Amino acid sequence: MSTHLIVLPVVLPLVVGILLLFQRQGNVRLKRLIGVGATLGLLLVGIALVARAAGGEVTYYALGDWQPPFGIVLVLDRLSAMMVLLTAILALGAVVFACAGDDERGSNFHGLFQWQLMGINGAFLTGDLFNLFVFFEVLLLASYALLLHGGGKERIMSGVHYVVLNLAGSSLFLISVGILYGATGTLNMADMAVRLSELPAEHEGLVVAGALMLLVVFGLKAAILPLYFWLPKAYAAAPAPVAALFAIMTKVGIYAILRVYSLVFGEAAGPLADLEQGWVWWLSLGTLVVATIGALAARDLRLLVAYLVLVSVGTLLAGIGIGTPAAVSALLYYLIHTTLVTGGLFLLAEMIGAQRGKAGTRLVKGQPLRQGGWLAALFFAGAIAVAGMPPLSGAIGKALLMATAEGAQRVWLWPILLLSGLAAIIALSRAGSTLFWRSTGSADGQHLPRRQWFGVAWLIGAAPLLVALAGPLTDYTEATAEQLARPEALTRALLNNEGDAP
Amino acid sequence: MESLYAITTGVLTACGLYLVLRSRTFPVVVGLTLLSYAVNLFLFSMGGLTTDGAALINGAKEYADPLPQALVLTAIVIGFAMTAFVVILAMRARSEAGNDHVDGRKHEAGEGRR
Repeated sequence: MSTHLIVLPVVLPLVVGILLLFQRQGNVRLKRLIGVGATLGLLLVGIALVARAAGGEVTYYALGDWQPPFGIVLVLDRLSAMMVLLTAILALGAVVFACAGDDERGSNFHGLFQWQLMGINGAFLTGDLFNLFVFFEVLLLASYALLLHGGGKERIMSGVHYVVLNLAGSSLFLISVGILYGATGTLNMADMAVRLSELPAEHEGLVVAGALMLLVVFGLKAAILPLYFWLPKAYAAAPAPVAALFAIMTKVGIYAILRVYSLVFGEAAGPLADLEQGWVWWLSLGTLVVATIGALAARDLRLLVAYLVLVSVGTLLAGIGIGTPAAVSALLYYLIHTTLVTGGLFLLAEMIGAQRGKAGTRLVKGQPLRQGGWLAALFFAGAIAVAGMPPLSGAIGKALLMATAEGAQRVWLWPILLLSGLAAIIALSRAGSTLFWRSTGSADGQHLPRRQWFGVAWLIGAAPLLVALAGPLTDYTEATAEQLARPEALTRALLNNEGDAP
Repeated sequence: MESLYAITTGVLTACGLYLVLRSRTFPVVVGLTLLSYAVNLFLFSMGGLTTDGAALINGAKEYADPLPQALVLTAIVIGFAMTAFVVILAMRARSEAGNDHVDGRKHEAGEGRR
């Protein structure tokens, strides 16, 4: 069993997703039970994977026993284990929230949800560039359907943009994979790293073109500055549990940048090492500025949270732009925090909107909330965390990241990051005072179902928990950054057949 | 042969790119299809073009790189599914918004001429 553990995060959602498709309508209780049960199972698998990877050993699973570099491998190291566990934690909150009724607004919610998880987990685990493309497509196809779940004009229109843009992005992905294969003759990322170190000089230009095109594709997924315009509308229009799960989707892009450029274009790549860093650094600052302005201008709570996701993307990219192991460690801590908290805020926005009648989540005067006290308390906690104020986890993440910036980078990063934090506080306090205090009429909203409370509390509760566990967590992220900085261990484990292959 | 192949791929890409940038959903869908054709051709050539080579390596000295063929097959399947999806989505958007503009806008000034 333990040899097949690595492939479980892909196979479990796949099988459960197929099972859930047997019946399109009806049997709601059973479907919910299976969906939540499978996500819970994924959480356990994630914990087991982290426990296994924490020692620092890199293990791999060769699909069909085709050994690397020829076959497709799933690679487990500290980073991929951490991301799989994070996905499972986020998904559990989202799926329980969806069980309160969102899943019955359309068909096949739970099946698609599981496939989305399969795509995300696969993208985190794979060690093969083309396989990464395939898993990107799996998660995108599921996300297209989930984004449109329940229908409605807003969703369809934002869906058109999202789908067309991502299809164009997929074409670009294939072209860049083709170029890299043509220049190096391999698709396995570890093998590619080895081949790059002995690359003939005439192929260098090709590899640079391919690598930077890959950056465009990952930038599209992560929503970097000139490629983010699809995000706010799509996230604001998506059903709440889907938007919460989408909080990890931008991080898939961040993960891909981190993985590909640390492994393939690491120190060993000679003149090609770190070729993305200059681009990522300036684009991250630009993303921060634009996203901050967007957050200040947002007239809808969900749009505001979507822009806060963008702010977090800018912050994470700045960590990649600095590039030292300390910065990567800080960005990984911040990544855990921001994924869970923004996911929770999307869910919370839905609950607030449900109690405000016609006004919904728009930041205008509406009817008072029936359960305003609790909602306000959760909103307050989430706002403090996401804006990066002490004592919650956002402050620690930002402080860690700022401490790693040196020299000129410090001059640029500190003011922009701190001002964006200030702007987030302004935008969130304005939103909060409008939502909870400026109201007319009488409260006639329904009481909210307990499952929704659980979903939000599960995700926003992560903020204080991340502070309490900051010590062991930063130990883990530091070890992860160390492992990323020295990709030779991974290369050796994969190419010398020392791994744990079934 | 190489130049003919390269020109074909390039023309397909250029046409696809132009059509993707149009403002109506139908040309956009056609453009995406052309782009995926171009990409499939490109992937096919990424292992280098071999004429008269063996398709199966059975002791043959000269053989075609088998990996791109497998990749193209995967890319075709995925591209086909995506195109089917985007066609349905475009039709839904047409019926929801009442027109086929990608932003769901009504007619703009000067657009009737085309």
